[in-house]
This record gives sequence, structure tokens and C-alpha cells, in this order.
Amino acid sequence: MDKFLGSCVTKKLVMAIAGLFLILFLLVHLGINFLLLIDDPVPFNSAAHFMSNNVVVKVFEIFLIAGFLIHIIWGIILQVQNWLARPARYKKTAFSQTSFFSKYMIYLGIIIGVFLFIHFMNFYFVKLGWVEGDHENFYGMVNDLFQLPLYIVIYLVSFLFLAFHLHHAFQSAFQTLGLNHNKYTPVIKGIGLIYSIVVPLGFSIIPIVIYFFK
Amino acid sequence: MKLTLKIWRQKNADAKGKFVTYDFDGASPDMSFLEMLDALNTKLIKARIDPVAFDHDCREGICGACGMYINGHPHGPGKAITTCHLSMREFKDGDTIYVEPWRAKAFPVVKDLIVDRTAFDKIQIAGGFISTNVGSAPDSHALPVEKSKADEAFNSAVCIGCGACVAACKNASAMLFVSAKIAQFALLPQGRIEAKERVQAMVKKMDELGFGNCSNTGACEAECPKEISLVNIARLNREFYCAKVSP
Ligand code: HEM
Ligand code: SF4
Ligand code: FES
Repeated sequence: MDKFLGSCVTKKLVMAIAGLFLILFLLVHLGINFLLLIDDPVPFNSAAHFMSNNVVVKVFEIFLIAGFLIHIIWGIILQVQNWLARPARYKKTAFSQTSFFSKYMIYLGIIIGVFLFIHFMNFYFVKLGWVEGDHENFYGMVNDLFQLPLYIVIYLVSFLFLAFHLHHAFQSAFQTLGLNHNKYTPVIKGIGLIYSIVVPLGFSIIPIVIYFFK
Repeated sequence: MKLTLKIWRQKNADAKGKFVTYDFDGASPDMSFLEMLDALNTKLIKARIDPVAFDHDCREGICGACGMYINGHPHGPGKAITTCHLSMREFKDGDTIYVEPWRAKAFPVVKDLIVDRTAFDKIQIAGGFISTNVGSAPDSHALPVEKSKADEAFNSAVCIGCGACVAACKNASAMLFVSAKIAQFALLPQGRIEAKERVQAMVKKMDELGFGNCSNTGACEAECPKEISLVNIARLNREFYCAKVSP
């Protein structure tokens, strides 16, 4: 398999690039989601319509799906190799000064993956016509879903775990790219911290506003 | 000092090991950890019990031979020290101390606390050297090297190859060790000549030997007795990409 996937460094590079691409995409997605806060359904629905019909976006979409798949598959392969590299565990372990969430990336990732599956069932597969639903009125669908407390809880928890995932992921990706610098790495870590708080928080505000104030 | 020692005992590479508990009151706070084990072994030998096998040589923190996983930390508690430099003052009377060998697929247990670290030698043989004749010490001084680079190369070169980074890493990755061995040459003009082949060959060998991948967790850096920094790993990554893009 390593003949095809390359060295450990190459595998991490692929994963990091895919991850950084997803990080950029999340910003775009969040921007569109904020349109949900407007009472008028037209802006959000036309944005959703644009996202599903524009040619440029269609090309982008292929990259996006590939990005998700590559990130997830590579992540699982790396993790399995890592488990195999330590067949016998320690009896007594202690915490050393480390990037805390890095130890739980696979579990955080799996939870995010489960959320993604639910999310795709609700929206993306509807758009593709694989699952029934009114793909011209995602605004209405979102508002219906965000009346269900259980759905909101799952949504919020998923974004909390995404925040944890991103807290390690953001700065880790730069280290993987080979960028580590006395002066700039603290800046990257700072931006990563802000991103991993602000973006998941931005997503999380929307169901709360819809449930309580609309 | 009265101690409860829970030590990994394993007859040989194929035997199934287990923890054996020793209630030991022969330690004093003035001893080093290895001296404490020596005292325990003297007691065991007198009782005709096979002594605990552990690696050691210089006992002054420079050879990298000693190394055991003590209470959840490679080289025990204490920052930037090897096991031979670990003082019993770090422990309290009545403490329970777990002593385990390095755990990694690439470092199989030979006996008790001794592991086979030939894997590191194999990585070094794959490329951790220079083949240019650099002459004797005065000759190499004739080649000007930027002070900052010389310092950085030296900081990488202090790695003693103990394997604590592998032991500390949740993935048993050897990236910190390999990156230090890459960086110590990559920063110097004599080392640059073979830099591209070196990084590819050493990374390839590391993968073959069954070490894990780097998750940028940083446990290696935190536990390394020589404080080798993650900056080395970023340098290895850069060197590797450059070598691949323009071989
Ligand atoms: C929006 C979703 C996601 C984003 C933006 C994201 C982003 C990232 C980034 C940037 C990294 C750092 C890569 C590096 O260290 O070089 C990373 C690491 C990781 N991700 Fe994700 N990720 C997402 C979802 C997932 C999912 C669904 C999974 C798996 C089921 C996953 C599993 C992992 C694992 C295991 C790592 C650690 C890899 C390692 O250090 O060895 N991620 N993620
Ligand atoms: S990098 Fe540090 S922990 Fe790893 S082998 Fe070298 S000295 Fe030991
Ligand atoms: S015995 Fe040489 S470093 Fe500890």
C-alpha cells in the first residue's frame, strides 16, 4: 500500500492539504449559513441554488468531496498504522506537555464523520436526488430541523468536537507543511485558536437563534 | 527509603513478560535511579534471583544507552534528563514506581527492561553520514559556517539516540530522532551535498522498520533528555518535499 500512498511524510502532507482545504470551505459555508438568520428565505435559497447550479462551484464541489474522502481515508490509514506501531501498551501512562487534542483526533474525526453523514442525508443527498426532499427550499428544511431539540443537541455537540479537532489540526497542518518558525508559529497557533473557536461558534449560534427567537 | 517497585520482567524476546512487585527498602535519596536498581540487583543476586536486566553505559547522560519508562515518562519524571541522571530525590518514601521497557514494534524487548534499538542504527546506516572527506579539525575550520546555523546544527547533533522520543510518542514514531539526524547535516555545507538522498533514504528506512507516523503531538519534544525541538521535524518535512520536487 505504501508503494501507492508514499512515505509517512507524504501521507501527512496529503492529509494536511485536504484538511486546510476543508478549513477554507468551512468559512464559505458559514458565510452562507448566516443568511439563515434573515427572515426572508430568498437570499439563503438563492445562495443554495447558486451553489448547486453554478459551473465553477460544481468543479469546486468535486474537489470538496475528494477533500473529505481523502482526509478521512488517509486519516484512518495513518491511525491504523500508528496503532500497529505500538502493539504492547504501557501499564502506567502520564501526561506530558503536548498538544492535548492531538491524542483524540481519530475519535473526534469519527464523531464529525457521523455528523457529516446525517448532514449529507438531510441536504446534499436531497440535492442529488438520492433522498426525497424539497431541494429548492432548504431554508424551510433548516427551520423545520431546528425545531427539534434532539437535532439541535447533536448539531451543537458535533461542532464542539469540530472545535477540538480544529484546535490541534490548524497548527498541525502548518507543521506538516514544514512551516515552523520562532516568530510566525505563535501567530499561526493564535489564528488557529481563534478559528477553532469562532467558526464552530458561528455555526452553533444559528440553531439557537432559530429555536428561541423565530 | 521504602519503595514498591513494579518492574517488567521478561526472560527473553519470545517469553511472555509480566510485572513483578518488589518491596525494596535499600534506596536512599542520594542514589541515582540506576544505583537504586544496582542495589536492588545486589539484593536479588544474594537471594539467588535473576537480577533485573537494564541497559546502561556512561551514566553521565551522553551515551543514550540507559532508558526505561518510569511512572509513565520515558527517563522518568524530571525535565531534560536521562534515566542515569534521574535522582531518587524525585521520589518520596513509600512511593510505588512502575518501571517498563520502551514499547514499540520497532524496539522489541530483549530481556526485562532492555530493548533492541538496532532499528536506529539501520536508519543511520541508510543515510545518517557524509561520504565527503572533510579533512581534520583545522581543515573543517577553513570552511566558513554562519554562527546561527552552526549553533542550530549543534543543537540537533546533541541527540544521543536513546529512543525516548519513540517511547513517548503515542504512535511510536521516530520522527524526532530522524529529524535531528537530518538537521545536523542539512544545516552544514559538508552535509548539504548528499542532503536530498539522505532525507529520502532515512525516511524510507524509518517507514520500513515499522515506526508510526508523526501526529505533531509533541510528546517527544517534551520528554527528550536533550530537548530536541519539533522545529527539526518541520525541517525534515521541508527537506523531504524539496528532495521530491527537485531530486
Ligand atoms: C470539517 C471537517 C474536518 C476538518 C476541517 C479537518 C481538518 C484537519 C486538519 C487540518 C488536520 C491536520 C493535518 C495535519 O496534522 O497535518 C486534521 C487531522 C486529522 N483529522 Fe481531520 N478534519 C475534518 C474532519 C475529519 C474527519 C471526518 C476525520 C475522520 C474520521 C478526521 C480525522 C483526522 C485525523 C485522524 C487527524 C490526525 C492525523 C494525524 O495527525 O496523524 N478529520 N484534520
Ligand atoms: S531526539 Fe531526544 S529522545 Fe529522541 S533519541 Fe535523540 S535524544 Fe533521545
Ligand atoms: S547511561 Fe549513558 S546516557 Fe544514561
